[in-house]
Amino acid sequence: MRVGVVTFPGSLDDEDARRAVRIVGHEAVALWHGDHDLQGVDAVILPGGFSYGDYLRCGAISRFAPVMTEVVAAAQQGLPVLGICNGFQILCESHLLPGALIRNDHRKFVCRDQRLRIENNRTPWTSSFDEGAEVTIVLKNGEGGYVADADTLDRLEGEGRVLARYLDVNPNGSLHDIAGITNERGNVVGLMPHPEHAVEALTGAGTDGLGFFTSLVGATA
Amino acid sequence: MARYVVDVMPKREILDPQGKAVLGALPRLGFDRVLDVRQGKRFELEVDGEPTDQTLADVRKMAETLLSNPVIEDYSVSVVELETQGSDQ
Repeated sequence: MRVGVVTFPGSLDDEDARRAVRIVGHEAVALWHGDHDLQGVDAVILPGGFSYGDYLRCGAISRFAPVMTEVVAAAQQGLPVLGICNGFQILCESHLLPGALIRNDHRKFVCRDQRLRIENNRTPWTSSFDEGAEVTIVLKNGEGGYVADADTLDRLEGEGRVLARYLDVNPNGSLHDIAGITNERGNVVGLMPHPEHAVEALTGAGTDGLGFFTSLVGATA
Repeated sequence: MARYVVDVMPKREILDPQGKAVLGALPRLGFDRVLDVRQGKRFELEVDGEPTDQTLADVRKMAETLLSNPVIEDYSVSVVELETQGSDQ
């Protein structure tokens, strides 16, 4: 599959995301924030980092980047889209996902090997995992506290749209220990931890992140 | 020209870690009667032309779409009339 990774000014993990995509055998396609062009890719990743310097709010300015017009339209047509960390924030600001991410409740940047439970393996990004799989994936964020109103949380829980939940500790104050969610259709996924940093044994806590990229094999755009 | 002020505040029910940090620092300066601090943002927009209902509506649209995130923040808009010229010195 051809997987596009968008680079915004201030993206940090775009190269790691492209590397992860290549490791599992996909073709990585570099996409540029300023282009109205997805180059016909089969899936899109919005990577981590500090796009537009996190000015105003994380993801608030990126949402209006030219490429996002195409990402939003394609996502609404079912294109698999994965937002990691800053990418998750952009998806929330774009209203492709409900809720928002705010500063960690303990006010410190967190960087740790985080245990998670994959609770929804019915998305193109998680189908490689067994439902309920417990994995370890590095987490690094300053504004990763997931918040939403009670009705939205009830809907996410009721519809099985909590994709992944923090285990052992809640590292950032996220409501319901939410680490990742998906949209109603299941093609758009936002995830605060970084699976692209967990794809090689040499660097990091393991290779549990691979599943997010191998899952795409069975997905149809 | 008119100046519009957009104040953006975190919603009451949303945790405000920045406000909490400020609240924690004030007693160290000897200000020990402060019960709560909420931190928001203030935008000043200078807009061409006389203030009109249409401009006000535009500024509200800016506040809704970009300056604030309605999921976690509330905003208010006010207009500041600017003098047409500076002082006559």
